[in-house]
Amino acid sequence: MNLSDIQRIAEEENEFQRAYKYRINVCCSSGCIPFGAFKVLKAFEDAVKELGVENICKVARTGCVGTCSIGPAVLVDPGEYLYQCVTPENVREIVQGHIVSGVPVTKYLYNNSGYFRKQRRLVLRNAGKIDPTRVQDYISVGGYFALAKCLSTMTPQGVIQEITNSGLRGRGGAGFSVGQKWGLVARAHNTPKYIVANLDEGDPGIFANRTLAEADPHAIIEGMIIASYAIDAQKGYIYIRSEYPLAIEALQKAIAQAKSMNLLGDNILGTQHKFDLELRFGAGAFVAGEETAILMSVEGRRAQPRPRPPYPANQGLWGKPTLIQNVETLANVPLIILNGGTWFKGFGLPNCTGTKCFSLTGNINNPGLIEVPMGITLREIVYDIGGGIPSGKKFKAVLVGGPSGGCLPESVLDAQIDYDSLKRVGAIMGSGGIVVLNEDSCMVDTARYFTDFCIEESCGKCTPCRAGLARVKDIFDKIATGEGELNDVDILEKVSEYIINASLCGLGQTAPNPILTTLRYFREEYIEHIVDKKCRAGICFKKEHKGDE
Amino acid sequence: MTTEDIRRAQLERVLKKNNYQKSALLEILHSAQEIYGYLDQNLLVDIAGSLNLPPSHVYGVVTFYSYFKMRKPGQHIVTACLGTACYVKGVKQIIEAIEEEFNLKVGGSTADGKLSLSLTRCIGACAMAPAVVLDDQVIGKATKEIVIERIRNVLAGERDESV
Amino acid sequence: MAENSMITLKIDGVQVSVLEGTTILKAAKDNGILIPTLCDLEGLTPYGGCRLCLVEVTGSPKLFPACTTPANSGMEVTTNSERLKSYRKMTIQLLMAERVHMCAVCVANDHCELQALANQLGVNHVVLERHFTREPIDSSHDFLVIDRNRCILCLRCVRVCDKIEGVHTLDLKNRSKDTEVIMDLDESWGNSCSCTGCRKCAKVCPVGAIYIEGEAITQTKHRDVAEFITARRNNR
Repeated sequence: MNLSDIQRIAEEENEFQRAYKYRINVCCSSGCIPFGAFKVLKAFEDAVKELGVENICKVARTGCVGTCSIGPAVLVDPGEYLYQCVTPENVREIVQGHIVSGVPVTKYLYNNSGYFRKQRRLVLRNAGKIDPTRVQDYISVGGYFALAKCLSTMTPQGVIQEITNSGLRGRGGAGFSVGQKWGLVARAHNTPKYIVANLDEGDPGIFANRTLAEADPHAIIEGMIIASYAIDAQKGYIYIRSEYPLAIEALQKAIAQAKSMNLLGDNILGTQHKFDLELRFGAGAFVAGEETAILMSVEGRRAQPRPRPPYPANQGLWGKPTLIQNVETLANVPLIILNGGTWFKGFGLPNCTGTKCFSLTGNINNPGLIEVPMGITLREIVYDIGGGIPSGKKFKAVLVGGPSGGCLPESVLDAQIDYDSLKRVGAIMGSGGIVVLNEDSCMVDTARYFTDFCIEESCGKCTPCRAGLARVKDIFDKIATGEGELNDVDILEKVSEYIINASLCGLGQTAPNPILTTLRYFREEYIEHIVDKKCRAGICFKKEHKGDE
Repeated sequence: MTTEDIRRAQLERVLKKNNYQKSALLEILHSAQEIYGYLDQNLLVDIAGSLNLPPSHVYGVVTFYSYFKMRKPGQHIVTACLGTACYVKGVKQIIEAIEEEFNLKVGGSTADGKLSLSLTRCIGACAMAPAVVLDDQVIGKATKEIVIERIRNVLAGERDESV
Repeated sequence: MAENSMITLKIDGVQVSVLEGTTILKAAKDNGILIPTLCDLEGLTPYGGCRLCLVEVTGSPKLFPACTTPANSGMEVTTNSERLKSYRKMTIQLLMAERVHMCAVCVANDHCELQALANQLGVNHVVLERHFTREPIDSSHDFLVIDRNRCILCLRCVRVCDKIEGVHTLDLKNRSKDTEVIMDLDESWGNSCSCTGCRKCAKVCPVGAIYIEGEAITQTKHRDVAEFITARRNNR
């Protein structure tokens, strides 16, 4: 295989698809399957045959469309008509109306232009539009063209330069410049070099990476192969949560296809470049998302982080230079190579380019997977995209950045989404979770919930995180049972500050964020709990609090 | 061949496929748990011996990761998601209702070994919160009534046809 | 790599020269500056867990564990600022509050590194709620005893067992606050088939968690055993 072969496959596939006037994309991702997506898919296949339109209408199984609250979701092209909550019973009516008579069946359509208007889909460009199980689908929309371009016309340094130009920063949380990171690994002397793609979303409330892997696995793989060419790595691992069976299946299939098409293995696309890819399964440890802990886990050990330096770019897997990158970051890479770094800079902010995927959940009208340009405000996400709070309840807070993110109130909703602005208001980008809370939530209980989570997930290696968080929990238990003292608030602040600065890894360094932000923005609730023994949401002061054991 | 022999042969294939590499310990434990249902002491000794790893190392790894189980699970497993979205939407009440209805505790099984209840940290079904998984099937937007009825059906031996 | 070239850096304002690759902790120690630590022990692989040896490096907002961070040329290190002192006190307090540390009834009283550091750093009370764990004491071994209620999880025993004695009887189970030192498959010590009874774990334990039945603590504690053996091996 070489570039012309890829072009030929794309042309053939496009011609094949052009033969169909309509294309029905049935979302078969983890969000829609429990609501019967496979049955709907089957019903469409049958209905198209029965009504004699199989020659003009292609039924495809695709990944997530992004509107997870209205599953099973079905997208009909041309025109991107989105049908919501489709059941096998109304499939025939839709096919009869939309395909046979050419008139969309409006009563089943999802009428919510706001949800998509402010989104920019770069990473999720193909999600819901292509069949993730067919590599031809991916190639037909320009897939593997970037890889061919790299291998045939660019030097590894040129690739790194282009990525650096784009201003892309790591989407896994810390926001380190991707081009710089690649440069560091490329310059490291030791060989062999490795790539580890992080798909271990351990955060509660986050499913962006899973959806990406389910909907467009080849984009991740292509990004990895390009990275391997740039840094001269010959072996890569995708570290994925074992709780994601569908994503695992999609990736396994995609890797097998890529191998059979000579996109992975020796002499990729007829060049000297060599790269092999394997999946590694996580086993339920949030801390394994940390850079050095993931390495321990891939090596088959307890996922306890180790201090840096030495940095993985010099001493990573088995002591060799290793590039660790989140899958969302990698999925951006083919786009940047195809369109150029300058094009990519056109999205987002000057110092924070591109887009970010978020899982938008909680008490909100339109939960789902969204992708927004950097620089959008939280208010736009909550109200314009999310459609506000359901059942007439009042907005209370939004949790940005997962269990170690910040709880932000109404007053800072105009904060922009970028690494520095979020840090200023006390939150982090994290791996991209936004959970909206309404007035029924108690902020003390929320902070306590996240502390419990971080205690459970702490690896136990360093004192601040292991022993510090456990003592913080003692204080929360006191407050929630009516035995708190005013002095406890100061101790909470002091211990939190210590844990942030003294902990070994990112888990401990961010774990107190929910405590500090709730103390900063909702201090009166703590005082109410302590002085008046009152919980305005009516959650605390119950006789027994069920722990997680 | 007894069931035990068949299982051992399956495990041997997995070990061979991974070239008896020490670094493949997690993969091997995953497969072993799939084959045997859970990881008991003898199995761990066996795996440690095959990979030439100290038993304490293997034990340390198994107990570090919450996915690995060392106790025999019930015939049917119900897993409640304790992710943020599910927590916010009240999964706690569902857990309490299951505990009460079937007389078991989180992490344990019913006396007859038919049902066990466990918790997980986010299955990624947040848009359908609260979510409960019953034998590999996700029940989205769950209420305690729906969950209890579905569990009853499964316990009564009916196949779940709703998916 | 040129491992034997000398580099210079400043520690607490003092200009010092050390071999390239030396850790900040060692560089400071060789020049008479003692940075407190509990998990580090010469001769063992650095661990970086106790967080007592954190130091400030000019130009970085982050703190660095001196035991694992190599000294770099031109580095300016502060080992004893007010902030570091208060963090160290907090670390000692947290270790004291985490499990049972009752010096008067401890076998290692007066020979305990945690106790000595608490005195040295001026920790005279614990404001946080103290936890009294009730792990059974394992005295099933002929002479080795482990009281996990006194363990501070420094992992010296695990590392000495693996690296120096080479049997890896000891490791950890569970995670977070439930982390414990185990023998083989979490068996009682007396049933452990791999333990050679070499006593090195008792020798290096900084507190009274592992000790030898019927032996005076002054006889047991030879915390330099790892350094001694490693040096001999390297000379050979």
